[in-house]
Amino acid sequence: MLEIKNLQARIDEKQILKGINLSVKSGEVHAIMGPNGSGKSTLASVLAGREGYDITDGEVLLQGNDILEMSPEERAREGVFLAFQYPVEIPGVNSTYFLRSAVNQIRKHRGDEELDAMKFLKLVKTKMKELGLAEEFLKRPVNAGFSGGEKKRNEILQMTMLDPSLAVLDETDSGLDIDALRIVADGVNRLKNQNNAQIVITHYQRLLDYIVPDFVHVLYDGCIIKSGDKTLAHDLEEKGYDWLIKDS
Amino acid sequence: MSSTTVINLAEEPANAFAEIKRRGTALLPLRQDGLARFQESGFPTTNDEDWRFTSLKPFTEMPFETMFEPTIQTIGQSVINGIAFSQHDTDRLVFVDGHLSSELSQISNQSEGVIVSNLASALTTIEDKIGALSGKDQNPLIALNDAFFTDGAWIHIPANQALSKPVHLVFLYTAIKDGQASHIRNLIIAEANAKGTILESHISLGQAAASTNVVTETQLGDGSNLEHIKLQDQSSLAIHLASLHSKLGSDARYAFHSFALGAQLSRNNLRMDLAKPGIECMLNGLYMTRGRQLADHHMIVNHAAPYCNSHEYFNGILDDQSRGVFHGRILVEPEAQKTDAKQTNKNLILSDEATVNTKPQLEIYADDVKCTHGATIGELDNDAIFYLRARGLDSQTARRMLMHGFTGEIVERIQHNTIRDELNELVWGRLENEYHLN
Ligand SMILES: Nc1ncnc2c1ncn2[C@@H]1O[C@H](COP(=O)(O)OP(=O)(O)OP(=O)(O)O)[C@@H](O)[C@H]1O
Ligand SMILES: [Mg+2]
Repeated sequence: MLEIKNLQARIDEKQILKGINLSVKSGEVHAIMGPNGSGKSTLASVLAGREGYDITDGEVLLQGNDILEMSPEERAREGVFLAFQYPVEIPGVNSTYFLRSAVNQIRKHRGDEELDAMKFLKLVKTKMKELGLAEEFLKRPVNAGFSGGEKKRNEILQMTMLDPSLAVLDETDSGLDIDALRIVADGVNRLKNQNNAQIVITHYQRLLDYIVPDFVHVLYDGCIIKSGDKTLAHDLEEKGYDWLIKDS
Repeated sequence: MSSTTVINLAEEPANAFAEIKRRGTALLPLRQDGLARFQESGFPTTNDEDWRFTSLKPFTEMPFETMFEPTIQTIGQSVINGIAFSQHDTDRLVFVDGHLSSELSQISNQSEGVIVSNLASALTTIEDKIGALSGKDQNPLIALNDAFFTDGAWIHIPANQALSKPVHLVFLYTAIKDGQASHIRNLIIAEANAKGTILESHISLGQAAASTNVVTETQLGDGSNLEHIKLQDQSSLAIHLASLHSKLGSDARYAFHSFALGAQLSRNNLRMDLAKPGIECMLNGLYMTRGRQLADHHMIVNHAAPYCNSHEYFNGILDDQSRGVFHGRILVEPEAQKTDAKQTNKNLILSDEATVNTKPQLEIYADDVKCTHGATIGELDNDAIFYLRARGLDSQTARRMLMHGFTGEIVERIQHNTIRDELNELVWGRLENEYHLN
């Protein structure tokens, strides 16, 4: 599914990713943990194609295709989805209009029939119900004035609607109450199948009780310094990062 | 038809006086006083703080011809059918170069006691009300209007009554000849608990450099609720000078929306007097300029009583070498505790040569208040563009969506549903067809 080889990236002359290697197969869930400022969001942004990074070395293959040369929209159409750590407020842009445009853009790319307004509404309302989002959100501008938790749930709604093959969730659990956490996790688990994969960036082992990872990686200072199974998350919860950092 | 220019009229008192007297005896003191004030002050210049960024030269340097007589040109119903809001069920007062056109106007049976009429036919009954709100203002253009206005709308909604349908004030300008100058006066009074929606359109029929100088007074009684939507959509040489003076009663709600979509020079002076508690006043505007156009909104919101809200939201989109000017002054007097005042001015620049002068200004003399202001000038938000692209939208679609959102932010504050939808399409169509969006 995803093959990251020796990925190095810098921004404004500052080297942030210093050689990341990561291999994610279809059907797998990978968790990435690591202290603040270690480069987790940077990795997510580079995967999604945000501009402003200088990729100094390495490659990223999605189903065998080099995506580093692709625009953000091409990557999204090829199945990459980033749930933002800080979803952007877009005043004045109606949520329904935005989401339907996005869904149809991606359906078109996949050769699926575009959804008319009725079909779209029916689908989105079902998904919103599952995520505990009130229908009135559809009438509001994208993320504008949403609470922190509402923004995160809205990311998951978008993910559900776009049905990506590779979803990268950047701290989607931060700021969620316990119930919302379970709802969001359920959303991710429902999406999961043998043909897609998820990368879950988090600071808390708690989330991984709900979204059970096949692998856990620790990112520190732009490198993955440790990988393991889900028990690694428990160790980190208990011991923090110091013991790993000293070793590295 | 007089061939005198507005400047000549002002500078030659004898002529001007004769001209004024020809207008009839009603309001003679107001007109004389206006003339005297104007002769005293002359036109404002850019040395005047309130006119620092906006030169009236396009207006003052042309030999302007005041439109004292109605135009003979006949205007067909098809013209009306082609303008914005004409397909809505409204009452309609149509003025051509500042003179009522009875043929094009259409007034239904409004509720008991509601008056929707032209001002000139009611002068004797409302004489003492004209100038009640604008009179203290030193703006020379008001003095000029006092002296020379021909006609305009007179709307009266009695206590506890509502307009049964919106009233659309249509101001057409023939603009056949450079220098035609209309002077229009509107008076709108909503008594206690009255309600209504008023639409005001200014439209050029010809392409010549014609001007209009409009003064509108709106007086809202206690608990009244008025939505006032102004669409100023004129030719690229038109000059539009307007001044709105509002006085609001306790718990009154006034929403004024200004859409300034085109003129060589447009200037909207907005003066809000919040001297009773519990008022909610919203000034919401969108200006879009291109070529060498200039759009200027200049407002003073005066909080003189406690528990009032005033919100001002102005967005501008500027292309080519055009200019936007925003001046928003919020004055909170010592007695105006618990004031909630908010002001934003956002400008989206589509060309390197477009400029904006923005001056939000808070002047607060009370201590228990919530006041915020902010202004931005720039391009589209890159984070927002990336967010949309990360959802599969190409960059052109993303940019357009954001621009649409930028106008939508303002448009969506219109409460009247179908009018809002129409303005949304109108604004967006204009941007798509006439602006450099990519
Ligand atoms: N535009 C930028 N210019 C300079 N430095 C940047 C920029 N963006 C990120 N950085 C730096 O890169 C480093 C990695 O940031 P990143 O956001 O990827 O960390 P993170 O692991 O996601 O942290 P957190 O857990 O706090 O979300 C930080 O030191 C950050 O300050
Ligand atoms: Mg981060």
